[in-house]
Amino acid sequence: MPKHELVLLKNMMQPGYTGSLADYEKAGGYQALRNALGKVAPTDVTATVMKSGLRGRGGAGFPTGVKWGFLPKDYQGPRYLCCNADESEPGTFKDRQLMERDPHQVLEGIVLACYAIGAQSAYIYIRGEMVLGSRILERAIGEARAAGYIGKNILGTGVTVEVWVHRGAGAYICGEETALLESLEGKRGLPRVKPPFPATHGLYNKPTVVNNVETLANLPHILNRGPEWFASIGSPPKSTGTRVFCVSGHVKRPGNYELPMGVTIRELVFEHAGGMRSDKPLKAFIPGGASAPFLTPDHLDVKLDFESVAAAGSMLGSGGVTVMEEGTSMVWAALRLMEFFYHESCGKCSPCREGSSWLVQTMRRIMAKRGRMQDLETLTDLCKNIAGRTVCAFGDAEVSPIMSTLKHWRHEYVTLIHEAEAANLIRPESAGTRH
Amino acid sequence: MGMCSVNARSVEHPGRHLGEEKWGETVLKEKYGKEIEEILSRYPVKRSALIPLLYLAQREHGYITEAAMTEIAGLLQLTPPQVYETATFYTMLNLKKVGTHHIQVCKSLMCALVGSDTVIGWIKTKLGIAPGETTADGLFTLTAVECLAACGTAPMMQINDDYYERLTEEKVDRILADLRTTGTSPLKSGPYMWPESTR
Ligand SMILES: Cc1cc2nc3c(=O)[nH]c(=O)nc-3n(C[C@H](O)[C@H](O)[C@H](O)COP(=O)(O)O)c2cc1C
Ligand code: SF4
Ligand code: FES
Repeated sequence: MPKHELVLLKNMMQPGYTGSLADYEKAGGYQALRNALGKVAPTDVTATVMKSGLRGRGGAGFPTGVKWGFLPKDYQGPRYLCCNADESEPGTFKDRQLMERDPHQVLEGIVLACYAIGAQSAYIYIRGEMVLGSRILERAIGEARAAGYIGKNILGTGVTVEVWVHRGAGAYICGEETALLESLEGKRGLPRVKPPFPATHGLYNKPTVVNNVETLANLPHILNRGPEWFASIGSPPKSTGTRVFCVSGHVKRPGNYELPMGVTIRELVFEHAGGMRSDKPLKAFIPGGASAPFLTPDHLDVKLDFESVAAAGSMLGSGGVTVMEEGTSMVWAALRLMEFFYHESCGKCSPCREGSSWLVQTMRRIMAKRGRMQDLETLTDLCKNIAGRTVCAFGDAEVSPIMSTLKHWRHEYVTLIHEAEAANLIRPESAGTRH
Repeated sequence: MGMCSVNARSVEHPGRHLGEEKWGETVLKEKYGKEIEEILSRYPVKRSALIPLLYLAQREHGYITEAAMTEIAGLLQLTPPQVYETATFYTMLNLKKVGTHHIQVCKSLMCALVGSDTVIGWIKTKLGIAPGETTADGLFTLTAVECLAACGTAPMMQINDDYYERLTEEKVDRILADLRTTGTSPLKSGPYMWPESTR
């Protein structure tokens, strides 16, 4: 039996629950929308969300109500909501489950957010690969429109919200909110220089909010059960509510586990995800998706909330927890992630575009036992010249696998380099051919 | 500029070069007029319809021809280079023919931890193609791709629109056999939930 109450995954865990409109309504769905639209002032909806302490589930953890509050109050033209369903951060697979198993929960959240910010149009930017997810959402939108929950004059309240699914086409960077907007405008997904922020200059240069799928799915519950209820879950006051943690890697039962924020990694991995898959002990883990620095067994009792994970030197990010067992090469693991970042750099700014290429080449050289000691300095130098010097936060993300593995497992790099040097002593003719 | 020369996005996928086919400039409009209108109606600015229309063109031919891009430029009042610029950024938009079944095995860390390199090895041996190649009969193209949001059910692959997860060698064999005989496989994933019953 659940030790903790499920919120977001509750419906889908019921036997026979299909995610249809009928099922969702039977489970109490669209009640928040009925209670709010035309009855509660939009500013009060925002105030409620602010009070709940809800923070963005997309990665940065920005307080949702505060973000909504940045939209210009007196602006008369159109405003937009974009639901960020790009979910491309390696290690993350929760939004897919939320959309495919309980699409109306997400849609109800979208309509509530639109109501709060005064948007009449919402685009769900879903990563292109999730064809099934986009079909499920489109079907659900059809059902909701027919039932009067989406469209013109929703339930006779005079509120209009149209929702469209917009498929991406394969580009991790389009999860970054301004790259998402560029992509939605039909361009290459290159992040914009901020400021100005989407709140004032977003989609088509109009006031826009970008929120993650899981963030939006929380809204019906917050409105139904009140901000105090939500704020009592997790690690109040700064990390309230539950998180759907995505556990992957060397565990017995990988998957999505919804738990109150503040649960320890130890509990998540050893109680919920079944512990390590074999008898090998845990060697390393990433607490928040590929962009989050690696942590060690010393950090197993760190609480999975925004502040605690940050204090441990990593970040809660997207909630993707990847576990690695003893025997995993940390240089290899960092290289795999570096290859990802190299592939996904959008190319807009040179520190990231050129730096990712240099980092990958240096890492490949070390891994292939052709490295030399100066390479470690080169890696550190490169990382320092990328982080904080790029157009978007991708730059900070891409250096975290290397920086953190160098910090905790430097000896593994050194061993590979020593092996390279030893090999060169035996085969001196290869000494000049390292590149 | 130099972006394309050093940017890995543009070079590592099999569908990156323009094909030769000729295409009359109203082919899409004549065939999909209604659908195009519906797509355009979703956006206040025409250019937003670009990726959806490129998908439409890709559905028609399996890849996006130069002529289709020219037609789409006309439909959206863009220049052909504007269309090309967008089309070349996204890995799912093929500018060259790919096999009937485009096998994309995820090779990112979480999948690699539980054996995705082995999966690529199986497919290599079974089909005789390396990542980036297509079988001689044009049936299969193999690509190694980055994380597809299925890390909890790794190793995994996507073939055309469908995901196949928790792969074993036996499962891969069955999938390939199914695709050869019927063009589809019942082993593809349905709506995602994993583990199937939490706690
Ligand atoms: C490189 C990069 C990739 C990102 N990818 C995603 C993503 O796939 N999904 C997502 O919701 N947010 C992603 N984000 C965060 C978004 O920029 C944005 O902060 C978020 O969508 C805001 O929603 P939230 O406040 O509800 O979290 C990404 C950020 C960066 C820098
Ligand atoms: S940091 Fe990288 S991904 Fe972000 S804008 Fe610059 S080149 Fe693009
Ligand atoms: S790492 Fe393969 S699906 Fe995420």
